[in-house]
Amino acid sequence: MKVSSPQFKAKVVTALADPHLRDALGQSRKGFVNGRGALVAGLPEFEQLRDQARDVKDHVLANLDHYLERFEAKVTAAGGQVHWAADAEDARQIILGICRRVGAKTITKGKSMVSEEVGLNEALEAEGYQVIETDLGEYIIQLAGEPPSHIIAPAIHKTRAQVAELFEAAHGGPRKTTVGELVTEARLVLRDKYFKADVGITGGNYLVAETGSSVIVTNEGNGDLTQTLARVHVVTSGIERIVPSLEDVSLFQRLLARSGTGQETETYTTFSTGPRRAGDPDGPDEYHVVLVDNGRSKMLGGKFQDMLRCIRCGACMNHCPVYGAVGGHAYGWVYPGPMGSVLTPLFVGLDSTYDLPNACTLNGRCQTVCPVRIPLPDLLRELRHRQSLAGLRPRAETRALHAWRFVAERPRLYRAANRLAARALKALDGGTGHLTHLPFGQAWSGLRDLPAPEGQTFLEMWQAQKRP
Amino acid sequence: MSSRSAILDQIRRQLGRGPLPPEAVTALEARRPAHTRVAVGDGLVERFIARFESRAGSVARVASLAQVPEAVAAYQARLGLPPRAAVARPLAGLAWPAGFSHHPGPAGQSEILSVTACLAGIAEVGSVFLPSGPDSPTSLNFVPDHHLVVLRTGQIVRHFEDVWPLVRALPGGMPRALNIVAGPSRTGDVELTLQLGAHGPRSVHVILVDAPM
Repeated sequence: MKVSSPQFKAKVVTALADPHLRDALGQSRKGFVNGRGALVAGLPEFEQLRDQARDVKDHVLANLDHYLERFEAKVTAAGGQVHWAADAEDARQIILGICRRVGAKTITKGKSMVSEEVGLNEALEAEGYQVIETDLGEYIIQLAGEPPSHIIAPAIHKTRAQVAELFEAAHGGPRKTTVGELVTEARLVLRDKYFKADVGITGGNYLVAETGSSVIVTNEGNGDLTQTLARVHVVTSGIERIVPSLEDVSLFQRLLARSGTGQETETYTTFSTGPRRAGDPDGPDEYHVVLVDNGRSKMLGGKFQDMLRCIRCGACMNHCPVYGAVGGHAYGWVYPGPMGSVLTPLFVGLDSTYDLPNACTLNGRCQTVCPVRIPLPDLLRELRHRQSLAGLRPRAETRALHAWRFVAERPRLYRAANRLAARALKALDGGTGHLTHLPFGQAWSGLRDLPAPEGQTFLEMWQAQKRP
Repeated sequence: MSSRSAILDQIRRQLGRGPLPPEAVTALEARRPAHTRVAVGDGLVERFIARFESRAGSVARVASLAQVPEAVAAYQARLGLPPRAAVARPLAGLAWPAGFSHHPGPAGQSEILSVTACLAGIAEVGSVFLPSGPDSPTSLNFVPDHHLVVLRTGQIVRHFEDVWPLVRALPGGMPRALNIVAGPSRTGDVELTLQLGAHGPRSVHVILVDAPM
């Protein structure tokens, strides 16, 4: 997928001026945030589960080679095939190869962020395959020709009226007005596709090393219909999504839906292990798992390894004030919000993603809700540090920080400068107590006032109070 | 070099080690995790029903397996559905009423109703476990508008973890497909408005038989 992260600032301006988007994002925050809050409050074991989930993921990452090999052996024993994709091009070629070999025409897809990451739809469509996204949200944005704006609610930015318009254009009229009618229309249109599909592609929430199973978690049942009714089932998943055993899956089952959608459980959790067996009346003839690296292995053993614990629940973006104001499209690639601001620079490079690690107030809400305790603010800070080392940050900022450091390392000078600043800013407020213009900060003061200092430094006031 | 070895080599390089020594592999194979479980009190059957119904699933209780056909007929009559269904083979031998036509599946595109058995139900969140096999086509769980699941009270266990030993003990071990179903299909993808019957069944109805295993 094309990276449009360099246009972050321009996209933010557009997003902030979009009243539909503001409504949609406001709705989602209420639904997801309140839902999670209520469930967590009623589950005393929750914090302990988070610790254990973090530890299981760390254990897997420390032994990732073993668990991947074990998973592969189990898939093979069940009659399936594992493919290893070092990068996005590798992944596309593997899947194109399967589709060509089986003479596919129609390809149905369950939701898979990895397939977005490797640009699979474009590659399949370029070769003339009919590709149909079956998750309702993904289907809507496919009709709109847009990327997802949220990892678990991809069409969260679309209003009902916009969906109705898209459906009318795609399916013919009359235009539907209620959510129920729209969902029914999609159900009927897609039903036909499931039964016609040659290849069904799904993601994988977990890959179970013990059994060689891939697991998907959905509410709609679209992923299940996709993989049950197509002749060939292809799973795309990141190499880090391995869990050792069925008991480990249960641990994550208790965290995923509660954290992401604010549900006690999602409607369907499905384990797939190999193709149709002797005597099975249905199921796919072939079962393939494409293990995608695409930059993940390079994150092991370093400062960003913690990011590989991510289970793609979406809690960080649901709780992020920046995401909540600008939505997912501004981030310019596949993964938005806090987890996206860490992953995108690591996957596509620091230079084209400059704004992402900076579009964060370091308020820490993402880390507070992350089910696997990823220290997202620390990782974003580390990316800023890397930007500095790579000479990507503005010169003026570097010079200003050097100047600040020079002063801050000299206490007398620092106090003198503070006194001067406190008095000068006080003099500038014109008696209002607010500064409406800052000499070097128009961008900041353009949207809000700064409370003016009271003319004394903190230290001066502290010392004045200490004297009886 | 193949992508496989490139990826595995890169992983080991990043972790600063070579392939794991045999002792380490043995230790990993012996790992048996016991994670924290959610507190579930007594009254497993009541909790199962309450949790399952909380997500728009419905439950009807019957006294014996012999009453299942009657419960299915009552369900069909209530909704005005035709007297036919896809009935999983283990239930085909029940005394279905005259005029009721059934086939063992798989489900066709216009299948309206299916009746299936299941492996277990869990009280923790109120969901049922449906393994695939020669007598239990997966399509019965997803294609029909109405999915009726026959569950015995004795099959209701406390936690997810209580089902894994049952799965491991199945002939052939892990089935090709194992579906954990917590209620009817739903979506919130249009304006986050909850809508049932997105792609899978519009309703899932558990016929709970008062019987031990």
